[in-house]
Amino acid sequence: MDLVALLAIQVLYAVASLALISVGLAIIFGMMRVINLAHGEFLMLGGYAAIVATSHGISIWIAMLVVAPIVVGLIGIIVERAIIRFLYGRMIDTMLATWGLSLFLVGLTTAIFGNTTVGISAPLGSIQIGAYRTSAYTLFVIAIAIVVLAAIFAVMRWTRLGLIARGTMQNADMAAALGVNPPRVYAITFGIGAALSGLAGAVLAPVSGVFPTIGVAYVAKSFITVIGGGAAILSGTVSASALFGTINQIATFVTTPVFGEVALLAAAIVLIRLLPQGITGRFFRRGL
Amino acid sequence: MNSRGLNILGLVLVGAIGLAFLVLTPRLAELDTVLDLTVYMIMAVLALSLALIWGFGGILCFGQSAFFGLGAYTYAIAMFNVGESTLPFVLAIILPAAFAALLGYFMFYGRISDVYLGVITLTVTLILFNSVNSTAGPEFHIGAARLGGFNGIPGIPPLNWPFNKAAAIDLEGMFYLATGSLLATYFGLRLLLASQFGRIIVGIRENERRAELLGYDPRAYKLATFTIGGALAGFAGCLFANWGNFVSPTIFGLAQSAQIIIWVIVGGRGTLIGPVIGCIGIQWLSAALGANQPSGGSDLWSKIFANAPLILGVILIAFVLLVPKGLVPALGDIGSSLLRRRRAREKRGFEPQQAE
Repeated sequence: MDLVALLAIQVLYAVASLALISVGLAIIFGMMRVINLAHGEFLMLGGYAAIVATSHGISIWIAMLVVAPIVVGLIGIIVERAIIRFLYGRMIDTMLATWGLSLFLVGLTTAIFGNTTVGISAPLGSIQIGAYRTSAYTLFVIAIAIVVLAAIFAVMRWTRLGLIARGTMQNADMAAALGVNPPRVYAITFGIGAALSGLAGAVLAPVSGVFPTIGVAYVAKSFITVIGGGAAILSGTVSASALFGTINQIATFVTTPVFGEVALLAAAIVLIRLLPQGITGRFFRRGL
Repeated sequence: MNSRGLNILGLVLVGAIGLAFLVLTPRLAELDTVLDLTVYMIMAVLALSLALIWGFGGILCFGQSAFFGLGAYTYAIAMFNVGESTLPFVLAIILPAAFAALLGYFMFYGRISDVYLGVITLTVTLILFNSVNSTAGPEFHIGAARLGGFNGIPGIPPLNWPFNKAAAIDLEGMFYLATGSLLATYFGLRLLLASQFGRIIVGIRENERRAELLGYDPRAYKLATFTIGGALAGFAGCLFANWGNFVSPTIFGLAQSAQIIIWVIVGGRGTLIGPVIGCIGIQWLSAALGANQPSGGSDLWSKIFANAPLILGVILIAFVLLVPKGLVPALGDIGSSLLRRRRAREKRGFEPQQAE
């Protein structure tokens, strides 16, 4: 029984962290049809932002939940203005340019911080579940994922910003005719997507540590999640994270973490073969 | 001169330069230079594999290094188990090709879009990287070959003459083999592209729907192109494992995948000579940057200039924004516009005489 509870928490954690690392990418992809290959580096920058801020005496909570999203969000807006905006409508070129950006950021952080792992210790100790102990931080990550997803839902559903964003997503020309400024919406969207990536990177930094090439560990999973989920931002991310996170965690539990990743990939490729438009291409089509 | 004449002139020129390079280099250059040039030639074969499937097949493959790495690892693992290179050599081509065919089946017959294709191929190579990277323990072995995880597999035995274990290849022989392979690949691909198959895949790249309405099945042709590309990349991987007698998981890494893309982008999609030039140029640049690392370089600027990923990233962004076609097609455009202007001027000079 305790083992089942523990496994349930592990599965929930896998789903939550998958949703957390993917949602920034999903927003940028769903709204702007841009695949940001520098996504992993945004996560990495979030981790560094949190670590640098804590080492300057800022409380770890503020560093993770406030400083990291703001820093990476600003970087995102700069990137959108400097590179992405010239490439709208040229999807493949956008991917290539963001890939260049990814290499650039890896190179830059290696030059600044060196090629070593820096870490911050996870706050919040551990909790007892029957005969087992698990880190309370795991529960914190799950809570953060729920709060982030709920906040996105609320903003998209009930605010003017969300309305404008959804309108621009459906038909940019029509939105422009009604007085919306699509370039501004795109810049803000990219910034928000980047900020959420920064938040995710910072929240996961105590778990994994941070080093310049850590993006590689994240990007594969987040791409799979976003593509598996399809165009709808929230329902896509949630459904794909739930599916892939569960598969990954159970395969990991039964065999090894390596096989967990392979199972995740195999599941994704089969899913794409069956549902080329992703899960939300077939189900939950009217979701956000 | 008409375009057919130019085409033949180009082929003859490439052949002559290639042969001269093949024959003269080992006689004129030091052994370590020859060794460096060998890896350039091997990587150029890899560049050609992507030039075929992306530049001509229109398949956006971001994970060509998956097949390259599979070829290298297959050769290494088979070599430790067999001990004689004929079978490992064949396996190093067949296995990546089969993997490409399987992956391609899911992607092309799923009719997923270009963008998804790029992401999936990239993801595949990253998962391979993560998986192989974490096989460091002694429990991970295939037959007699230990996978070695992030340490890689050292001491891979070199190729030998088919079925003659005693006649192993030496360093100079490796140069001849690599350069010969590059020339053979280049001319083989030219031949392939001039054939009916080549015309059809270019037709599909230009307009998939139209080709389909004309009765060709784009899925099958794309799958065939992708498989050939996978086989070529595996072949290059086999040569690479021979060159260093060593493979490590970085061969699957993001940086390696990016490099292949950059070679093709810089050289130009839709040409074969472009990616070869791009590959050799970029590798030479990376080597020069690495070699210029100042001994006491602790300040930020010297670190930045010795930092290959950073420079490569800037090159990639700059080319996508400023020279999206790549060097060779861009130079070709400039050349043909100059030619047209000169012709127009000659014509203008000629016409009044005719009117006289």
